[in-house]
Amino acid sequence: MKFTQTVAAVALATAAGIASMAANAADVIKVGEINSYSRLPAFLDPYRKGWELAVEEVNANGGIKGKQLEIIARDDGGKPGDAVKIAEELVNRDEVTMIAGTFLSNIGLAVTDFAKQNKTFFLAAEPLSDAIVWSSGNRYTFRLRPSTTMQAAMLAKEAEKTGAKKWATVAPNYAYGKDAVAAFKSELLKLVPDAEFIEEQWPTVFKIDAGSTVRALEASKPEAIFNVTFGGDLAKFVREGNLRGLFEGRTVVSLLSGEPEYLEPLKDEAPEGWIVTGYPQGAIDDPAHQKFFAAYEAKWNEAPKLGSIVGYNVIASIATLLEKAPAYDAETLVDTMENLSVSSPSGDFIYRKQDHQSTMGTWVGKTTVVDGKGEMVDWFYADGNDFQPTDDEVLKLRPDQ
Amino acid sequence: MTAGFIFAQFLTGLSSASSLFLVASGLSLIFGVTRIVNFAHGSFYMLGAYLAYHLIEWLPTGILPFWGSVICAALIVGVVGVIVEVVILRRIYHAPELFQLVATFGIVLVMQDAIFALFGGEDKFGSRAPGLNGVVRIFDEPIPQYDLALIALGPVVLISVWLLLNKTRWGTLVRAATQDRDMVAALGVNQAWLFTSVFFLGSALAGLGGAVQVPRESINLLMDLSIIAEAFVVVVIGGMGSIVGAFLAAVLIGELNAFGILIMPQITIVLAFLVMAVVLIVRPWGLLGKPDAIQHAGDQIDMPLREASLPGKLVGLLVIAALVAVPYVLDDFGIVLATDIIIFALFAASLHFLMGNSGMVSFGHAAYFALGAYASALVFRHLGGSMELALLIGPIAAVVGALVFGWFCVRLSGVYLAMLTLAAAQIIWSITYSWGDVTGGDDGMLGIWPSEWARSKPVFYYLTLVLCGGGVLILRKITHAPFGYVLRGGRDSSVRTESIGIHLLRHRHFGFAVAGLFAGIAGSIYVFSKGSIFPDEAAIPRSIDGLVMVLLGGVHTLAGPLVGAGVFRLLEDWISRLDFWRAILGTIIIVLVVVAPQGIAGFFHTLAIRFGLAKGRESL
Repeated sequence: MKFTQTVAAVALATAAGIASMAANAADVIKVGEINSYSRLPAFLDPYRKGWELAVEEVNANGGIKGKQLEIIARDDGGKPGDAVKIAEELVNRDEVTMIAGTFLSNIGLAVTDFAKQNKTFFLAAEPLSDAIVWSSGNRYTFRLRPSTTMQAAMLAKEAEKTGAKKWATVAPNYAYGKDAVAAFKSELLKLVPDAEFIEEQWPTVFKIDAGSTVRALEASKPEAIFNVTFGGDLAKFVREGNLRGLFEGRTVVSLLSGEPEYLEPLKDEAPEGWIVTGYPQGAIDDPAHQKFFAAYEAKWNEAPKLGSIVGYNVIASIATLLEKAPAYDAETLVDTMENLSVSSPSGDFIYRKQDHQSTMGTWVGKTTVVDGKGEMVDWFYADGNDFQPTDDEVLKLRPDQ
Repeated sequence: MTAGFIFAQFLTGLSSASSLFLVASGLSLIFGVTRIVNFAHGSFYMLGAYLAYHLIEWLPTGILPFWGSVICAALIVGVVGVIVEVVILRRIYHAPELFQLVATFGIVLVMQDAIFALFGGEDKFGSRAPGLNGVVRIFDEPIPQYDLALIALGPVVLISVWLLLNKTRWGTLVRAATQDRDMVAALGVNQAWLFTSVFFLGSALAGLGGAVQVPRESINLLMDLSIIAEAFVVVVIGGMGSIVGAFLAAVLIGELNAFGILIMPQITIVLAFLVMAVVLIVRPWGLLGKPDAIQHAGDQIDMPLREASLPGKLVGLLVIAALVAVPYVLDDFGIVLATDIIIFALFAASLHFLMGNSGMVSFGHAAYFALGAYASALVFRHLGGSMELALLIGPIAAVVGALVFGWFCVRLSGVYLAMLTLAAAQIIWSITYSWGDVTGGDDGMLGIWPSEWARSKPVFYYLTLVLCGGGVLILRKITHAPFGYVLRGGRDSSVRTESIGIHLLRHRHFGFAVAGLFAGIAGSIYVFSKGSIFPDEAAIPRSIDGLVMVLLGGVHTLAGPLVGAGVFRLLEDWISRLDFWRAILGTIIIVLVVVAPQGIAGFFHTLAIRFGLAKGRESL
């Protein structure tokens, strides 16, 4: 009997617990931010540092229309279901003006769908999946970072110049890897109709058997390799490939590998002469970027990574939007965001009205080793605006519009 | 494909096998003696890698410092293992075996955050091993020297451990304990020190396994969970407690991966689990494992279940009334959270029905949750967007899945049963993950929202309450029905149950399907509450969530899973906004397990008995 009462007590306490977490409004603008901080600290630590710097700057300059900007950042632990639950909480309990963030594509997509269903403004920061703005795109979702297809198109343009015809691909066996290979194939075939793809390898993500993968690629004797592996998989692939001479005399085109998050851990084993998208940090002499770089270094005692600039640009976008928007309901925010131009350390970009993709670009260059660490050389900034589908294509790709 | 190429691939497979063996041998050793299914073994592996990496970076480059660092790292990990054993695990050897599993899961969470705090979050990539940084040409194929060293290391460790086990007095005692630890204790052997020393050796082997990975793997915070599943597979294929078996299994898995990648790259994701399933079906105790000669008493035999007393029923009615009142009392998010908790209460209750009531431990219960969820999503997508139809078909799919997998699973018992359920769940997971055209793969399925009438949060809450809360009540009824008693009888003594003419296998099979059905109902509702479904719902962490909920609440109390689901989901929601929340959650789990091995509900019940406020077992 006593036991049953304790259960009842626990149940009541539970109910009371749920009820007790009410939010109190102050003179701030609240923005909800969801990301997989505990799951992927390697990428999201720099990201967090980036947006924290930006928020500090915005608030030090008097905030937005006199109100302070407050970010409520939450950890989804890498689970899409939990991300949706947190989104509900941010909207219903914390009463945030909008939601931003996400890194993993599946979580980005789950929140994209939530935004559509709940008519909540959502700015997807990092996820690369094309589906976020195309097949699953909707009125309430915008995306900042250049998509898989945009980056693959940038690389295809450089790959064309190498003259290589026989290609092998290696990509992690999940949506991102498959999308990237498909996008690169179609973009390259547009430019080089007689290119052949003679081998493809699909190692399990974060579990690459690098020796075997390298052997299988070697066996097909390609002229060039398109690589999508990243993080630990990339490190192992590079090491085994170097050891076994896979890259000798071959062109290698590699997605994201120039980002400091991936290039720095390779140290002196960073590959030579790969054509990559990435972020040549200190070498960018644009004044806006130099100002950002100095402020970031002063605050965090380290150089920014690509995630840092994405984090910074998220806040830059949000601040610009909130400054310009006459009201903060979702419909007005969406209308204001369409064709909104944002100034940022990486250059100006706009949020396209057609598909809600930003035209933020990325840097394309070659890798090399200087003083025992990997760097990008011969780089240039590829403007995202030059790598967009035509408006007719967009109409076909976005069934919801 | 030349002969040289095939041979080179064979060697690559062997070197992976060596690494896998080091980890698996420690796991097997620890399980053999202590019967602990040690989830934290992967964390020891990760810790070994981090320690070795930093020692190697810190010491001057050279062959001696390199191997010195590797051995030092292994020894430090061994000491950490001893600390964990003495401080935590030693206190719970007499708790039900599953409690130890949950405690080790708590350790995993704490270690993840501890390693993050100590060593930072960025990926690390060790330098190559001095003296072994080139390649050797064999049949004109380049083979990394370090791979050859690893290939040699595996058998060296195998022989050393074998000698230790077979030629020393300590080894004799360990083998004796593996066979019958109660007898060893009765003969006056200090079990505590025996267990601690085994834990030292096992952890040190895991640390060594991690340390030798530094020159070939990237060191990151996902290493622990990525190795542990595979290590379990190797241990189970080889036979729990058999070191030679672990070696054979490691070679088998290593080679299958090496050649699988050439023939069917996509299948490597699930190959190991397929092999494990086949081995378990053909040889239920693994390649070299032996059936348990001694029947361990295991869990204490339970007091019989009683129907709730009148006051108990009244309290039950009050709880139901409180649940009905939720939408009038709480704000929108409160309703969402309550919906979430009720769904997971049914999920946990269905797992409890399988584990607590029927004695069939499942490590892969998420499979049926996900089957229900995916079937609902597919019906919704392809049959005209009807939520009602989807909610009907989803659970049916889960039952069919449970009947198919259950047919194989119920033939086994204990840890082998648990591992086969895990294999089943991994197969479901890999299908949802790889079959992109149908399931959307990693990108999942989106836009699965409730019908118009059920879209408001209170209405959907009531729908959940009726389906899931009703499910919980029906499960309770089944537990109290003769069918439930038969399953309990089979759990406590299969021999006696069968001797009175009950076809136990058939009952267990049916019980498995019932558990699958209710997990499927929970899954079907879950999709509509989130609007989307992803393969994560079938993955190992979801199954562990279920186990944690059941065990937090208490295995032997019917209200346990409900309390557990509520406490776990609320805890997660509250503390996930803190830094290092995983360490906090892990610590809470460990403390609960040590202080209240009978779970929260069971803990209060025991208290009530101690103060004379309750007698015997009652059920809510």
